[in-house]
Amino acid sequence: MSVGFVMLVHEALHRAEEVARHLADHGCPVVIHVDKRVPKDTYLPFVDSLSDLATVKFSKRHTCEWGTWSLVAASQDASELMLDSFKDVRHVYLSSGSCLPLRPINDLIKYLESRPMTNFIESVTTEDVPWTVGGLDAERFTLRFPFSWKRQRKLFDRYVSLQRRLGFKRQIPEGLIPHLGSQWWCLTRQTLSAILGDPDRKIYDTYFKRVWIPDESYYQTLVRLYSNNIESRSLTLSKFDYQGKPHIFYDDHLQLLRRSDCFVARKIWSKADRLYNTFLNTQINPMQGAEPNPGKIDRIFSKAVERRTMGRDGLYMQSRQPAHGQGKGKTSAPYSIFEGFSDLFEDFDQWLSQAVSARVHGHLFAPEGVEFSGNQNVFAGALSNHAALRDYNPCGFLTNIIWNTRGERQCFMFGPRDNQEINWLIATDPNAQISVISGAWAVTLFRSNRNFSDIRREAARLQKIEAEHLDILRSQHVKARVRIWTMADFIDSRMEPLQAIIDEIGPRNVRRLTEAPRMRDLTGFGQFLQNLKNQGMHPHLMGDFPMGPEVENASYERKKPYLVK
Amino acid sequence: MSRLKQYRLRLRRKQRLIRAFRKSRQLSCVQNNTNRIEKDDVLLVCTLRNERIRLPYFMKYYRDLGVKHFLFVDNDSDDGSREYLMDAYDVSIWHTTASYRDSLFGVHWMNWIARKYCHNHWTLTVDVDEFFVFPFCDTRPIPALTDWLDNSGIKSFSAMLIDMYPKGPIDAQPYQDGQDPMEIAQWFDSGNYMLSKNHEFHNLWIQGGPRARLFFSDDPYNAPSLNKIPLVKWHKDYVYMHSTHMLLPRRLNYVYEKTGGEMASGALLHTKFLNTFVQKTEEEMQRRQHYAGSREYLAYHNRIKDDPELWCNWSEKYINWRQLEILGLMSKGNWA
Repeated sequence: MSVGFVMLVHEALHRAEEVARHLADHGCPVVIHVDKRVPKDTYLPFVDSLSDLATVKFSKRHTCEWGTWSLVAASQDASELMLDSFKDVRHVYLSSGSCLPLRPINDLIKYLESRPMTNFIESVTTEDVPWTVGGLDAERFTLRFPFSWKRQRKLFDRYVSLQRRLGFKRQIPEGLIPHLGSQWWCLTRQTLSAILGDPDRKIYDTYFKRVWIPDESYYQTLVRLYSNNIESRSLTLSKFDYQGKPHIFYDDHLQLLRRSDCFVARKIWSKADRLYNTFLNTQINPMQGAEPNPGKIDRIFSKAVERRTMGRDGLYMQSRQPAHGQGKGKTSAPYSIFEGFSDLFEDFDQWLSQAVSARVHGHLFAPEGVEFSGNQNVFAGALSNHAALRDYNPCGFLTNIIWNTRGERQCFMFGPRDNQEINWLIATDPNAQISVISGAWAVTLFRSNRNFSDIRREAARLQKIEAEHLDILRSQHVKARVRIWTMADFIDSRMEPLQAIIDEIGPRNVRRLTEAPRMRDLTGFGQFLQNLKNQGMHPHLMGDFPMGPEVENASYERKKPYLVK
Repeated sequence: MSRLKQYRLRLRRKQRLIRAFRKSRQLSCVQNNTNRIEKDDVLLVCTLRNERIRLPYFMKYYRDLGVKHFLFVDNDSDDGSREYLMDAYDVSIWHTTASYRDSLFGVHWMNWIARKYCHNHWTLTVDVDEFFVFPFCDTRPIPALTDWLDNSGIKSFSAMLIDMYPKGPIDAQPYQDGQDPMEIAQWFDSGNYMLSKNHEFHNLWIQGGPRARLFFSDDPYNAPSLNKIPLVKWHKDYVYMHSTHMLLPRRLNYVYEKTGGEMASGALLHTKFLNTFVQKTEEEMQRRQHYAGSREYLAYHNRIKDDPELWCNWSEKYINWRQLEILGLMSKGNWA
């Protein structure tokens, strides 16, 4: 007999009974504290059910409320009863009714026998604690907490901020250095009796009665006074989520728990029959003598917390809808937008899809309908090409298509004819790579077979839209990777900018671009612009476009204008 | 929220409760086993009409998930649905011949039943063609979820509607009594859902899926709503407003995280599109008892002559809840 269990119980008494019986059968005395809020007609049968075991005792009942001194008082009384009644207990293990031993008790006994003087208690100074809830760590020890955090939350918060404002501070008893840690410990008789028998215990108790969540700090602090042999970790596997609530283990965690090599786990769902049946009945122990190794479980639970607090970037769904300016990414992956390229170059999308390893769409936001790559009617995620459906929620359409194609970069064409509602979304999205040849839409107009008065009106409309678009792309809030050239500038040195864009996307081949996309025939375009001017419109987004046909051809022929011999 | 608005919402909630009480006179109890309901039991409330063929699988599915008691409102079935449910120890039935439409598509009836019998119980409100899927539902029953929700202080759980459909014409494979409908309607749309916020009730409004894609592509505003909050720790003062899309008090509609994280959520697999739907459409053209003049049935009926196929190249084949979670249709949140 070397380890005794102190068990704090408040619900699922039938499970507590099973565990207590299991412990007692394997030679461990058990002292049980049952919350006073458990009604008599539940409590008495519970006591009855364990009455056949001489080594199971019940301690004085306290009314327990989370975060209050009552839990420490309960464990003190139970520990004293344990130390007094079972003289050969060397270690006292504090556990709860929802704890479950994962390894045979003999294993634990052996483990503790070979470490007879070691106290297993997580005990960390307040500065080094990352897990505290509500930002209260050092202040737990210096403020007063007369109100219940669970029932009187508003009063609690207000009183805390009032004390902060007034600069109120409680005096910490001399010699105490506040430490925090998991409330589930395993202490040696020597240390525990020293804590409980200390002549100054009254002073400490009075002090800790006003500390917030003293069960996480009372033993953790006092143990530092009496022992140098402290292993600052808990033998109980117990994980907490971001609200400070313990994660619960279910039947499907069986393998995970088996492989964790931990001695005791908390908290087990009371209806997890398979876990209880397995761990309370098996004598096979695959992990003889191994050190506890909760790494894998840690990973699963920290991932869960991350999902709850950060979520998946760029996902908009029923339970994740980041408000404006909230959430890290607006979309889930980088994508590229090309404006004016398809106007200026023939079959630009074909060329692009050969040059880069990405999915190239046409004008996704075209007024006639969505131009998915390959002219599909439906695309990833069963997105429809209907303009009305897309225009019902254009930003949602964009975030959807990026989300649906995770793993494959998307490129699409855009222009002033298209739905402009996505402007602010793309401009403020760090995932967007936007390349604009301003004014290139005029080439399409130039080549169209329409009356000049129509063309003039359309040109004025498109120019206005694009000017507004460019204003947004040049605003101070832009987070996208934006490149803007006037059409004249771009024609002047078209390989260089193309190479830069392609390099950023990730070229299909490592080699440099060998073939430029074929530019449309611009003979007469200068004159076209002049005609617009003559009609009283001012096409300014194209840049300084040369007038005569000779100049155009020259610029078309020149291969590397930046090379100086 | 201004006091005035707060008060106005309160009045609306009270009005709903009064209406529920008034409509309760239309219901006559056929079988009352509610005295068997025990503390902490998970309950299911359902309104049905002529769903006999679907009932065996429906009952099995939810009994296996840990639902302890079923409360049915039978809207005058004449196909033996009521007879099928009689004598089951965990079923209570109310019968009515009143208009489904006038009771706001069953909402008033359900509100009354929930108020009377579901106070302080986790209550699942679904239709007979809706199958509740939630994180870990293949290994954990609903009480595991509800215990966890209790523990986390959450009162309502969201599960969006996902329309399931078969490949090929929807009446090609007749549904058999007791069969898993997801064997036929295996496919769904994975990523064409549109979300917006309802500023009055603060719930999310979700539209999309195959019905929006095919029947409402020119009129997306009227496409069916897919947001649902079917699982609620019921309190007698709670009311559903429109179907199970939203509730009052409004805080129950906050089933989504606004700061970037994900709350836990599930899905309702909607297996409406079986061969039975074709018959229902015919009947609905006569009765006109469904939402907005049975708009949806009408849209379908208008296209039925084209023999529409809901399936497309990008349809996703249903495997399990993990697939839905990876696709981003539901989330485990911080439940692990």
